[in-house]
Amino acid sequence: MINRLSPFLAVMLVVGYAFLYGPIASLVVYSFNASRLVTVWAGFSTHWYVELMHNEAIQRAALISLEIAVIAATGALLLGTAAGYALQRYRRFRGRALFGTLAIAPLVLPEVITGLSLLLLFVALEQAVGWPQGRGVPTIAIAHITLGTAYVAVVVEARLAAFDRSLEEAALDLGARPFKVFLVITLPLIAPALAAGWLLAFTLSLDDLVIASFTSGPSSTTLPMVIFSSVRLGVSPQINALATLFLVTVAVLVTLAGRLMNRPEPKS
Amino acid sequence: MSAAMRRRAVLALPYAWLTLFFLVPFMIVLKISLAESVIGIPPYTALLATDGWQLHVSGESYRRLASDDLYALAYLNAIKFAGVSTVFCLLLGYPLAYGIVRAPRRWRSLLLLLVILPFWTSFLIRVYAWIGLLSGNGVINNTLLALGLVHQPLTLLNNAFAIYVGIVYSYLPFMVLPLYAQLEKLDPALLEAAADLGCRPWRAFCRVTLPLSLPGIAAGALLVFIPAVGEFVIPDLLGGPNTLMIGKVLWDEFFANHDWPMAASVAVAMLAVLILPMGFIRRLLQGETA
Repeated sequence: MINRLSPFLAVMLVVGYAFLYGPIASLVVYSFNASRLVTVWAGFSTHWYVELMHNEAIQRAALISLEIAVIAATGALLLGTAAGYALQRYRRFRGRALFGTLAIAPLVLPEVITGLSLLLLFVALEQAVGWPQGRGVPTIAIAHITLGTAYVAVVVEARLAAFDRSLEEAALDLGARPFKVFLVITLPLIAPALAAGWLLAFTLSLDDLVIASFTSGPSSTTLPMVIFSSVRLGVSPQINALATLFLVTVAVLVTLAGRLMNRPEPKS
Repeated sequence: MSAAMRRRAVLALPYAWLTLFFLVPFMIVLKISLAESVIGIPPYTALLATDGWQLHVSGESYRRLASDDLYALAYLNAIKFAGVSTVFCLLLGYPLAYGIVRAPRRWRSLLLLLVILPFWTSFLIRVYAWIGLLSGNGVINNTLLALGLVHQPLTLLNNAFAIYVGIVYSYLPFMVLPLYAQLEKLDPALLEAAADLGCRPWRAFCRVTLPLSLPGIAAGALLVFIPAVGEFVIPDLLGGPNTLMIGKVLWDEFFANHDWPMAASVAVAMLAVLILPMGFIRRLLQGETA
């Protein structure tokens, strides 16, 4: 019986998951605390949720963030799918090494570098061609598309590498045009990866503080920027309430995405 | 449409986008790092003078980068924090990944999902959670005081310890996922063979499992180390105001001092440190297709 969970590994699993979820659990618990002091329990209350509902700065920022995230995820889906497809299917083309680097670098590059370099680009572009005029939602969206493209490309590439190409080949043999094969065969088969990629890019955009801070303008304060400036002043139960709502949303979305990803491939 | 044209059509848009919004910006960072800081909009001098073709290269920001110990210290600190955190991520992440692989099959996808789930929630909020846990009157200190284990609150926040905790916590999923992918591929027959030949489990682990999981270890370590070097949010929120880490220095040069050329040269120097590990990670992640 080699392939069994040893006591040591079982303990480590418990420790690992406690470490991952302990802080999140404490966030949720203290969002229902009646006291302003986050750390002293003073009874159950939904007071902070009510106050959150009346916080206009947070709501405005949340709307801006959602708008950017939808644009960024959709743009990243288009570009990332093309990039992932090219990397998986086109073995040789001029500049493949450079393209591979460009497609994956935003994934690991420290955000301060990505943010600074994009801001300097926007400033230089404005000087040279007069666009973009100032910075705001469009510039943050462009920055987030660039970031999201890398993630979508990796997800799509992995899915393409895993699936059976004989269906595509059969369609081609039967005289379907390549574009039609892509639409009718490839696209439905990689749809779960596309959904996951879109959600990933969406979440990344919604969550990003650093790149958005560099590329934002005076009228485009995003939700993470509001959270950050509030957290810098100290712990606030309203942020706990916001975090709890965020967690619930994410849990629902991820469960849905998991259902999609784990759906068995249709047997033709 | 010919195959070559199709390829070009698929490639054109992402290639153009990534060139314009990822490659070109680096050229600009490089250019501005060689300019001089001035008060104005934009706050740096032009590299090409408008009256002629004379190059105005200033090494001023690089000179400061080399001569002021603050920057060297911030770099070394960042590498130390990122490096030590990577080791702790590995020590915690390896048994976790191996435990998931060894867990009963029907649990596996759930366990894996539970590792990925925090990655989908807000990074900022997860860092924030630790402030509530670690602060002087935070959950951990209150628990320790109530249990009588300590008599006065421990200093857990605004120090190096908090930064380590923050990085390990935030980046753990990046370590576990590549390790899991690698360990899952491992053929159990190899370990059975080792056992049949009289090898003890620990020795079999060291001689068989560990060497075969090295690519996963490398991928995980790089996925943690590279972004952690440039981390800003964690040192800023958990490390206290006096933390010296290069990502925070870059942020302060830009947002507090408005010294764009200095921020740009800090970025160039950071990239110089990270370019080698980034090359490795590309090989590991695109290994099968490259």
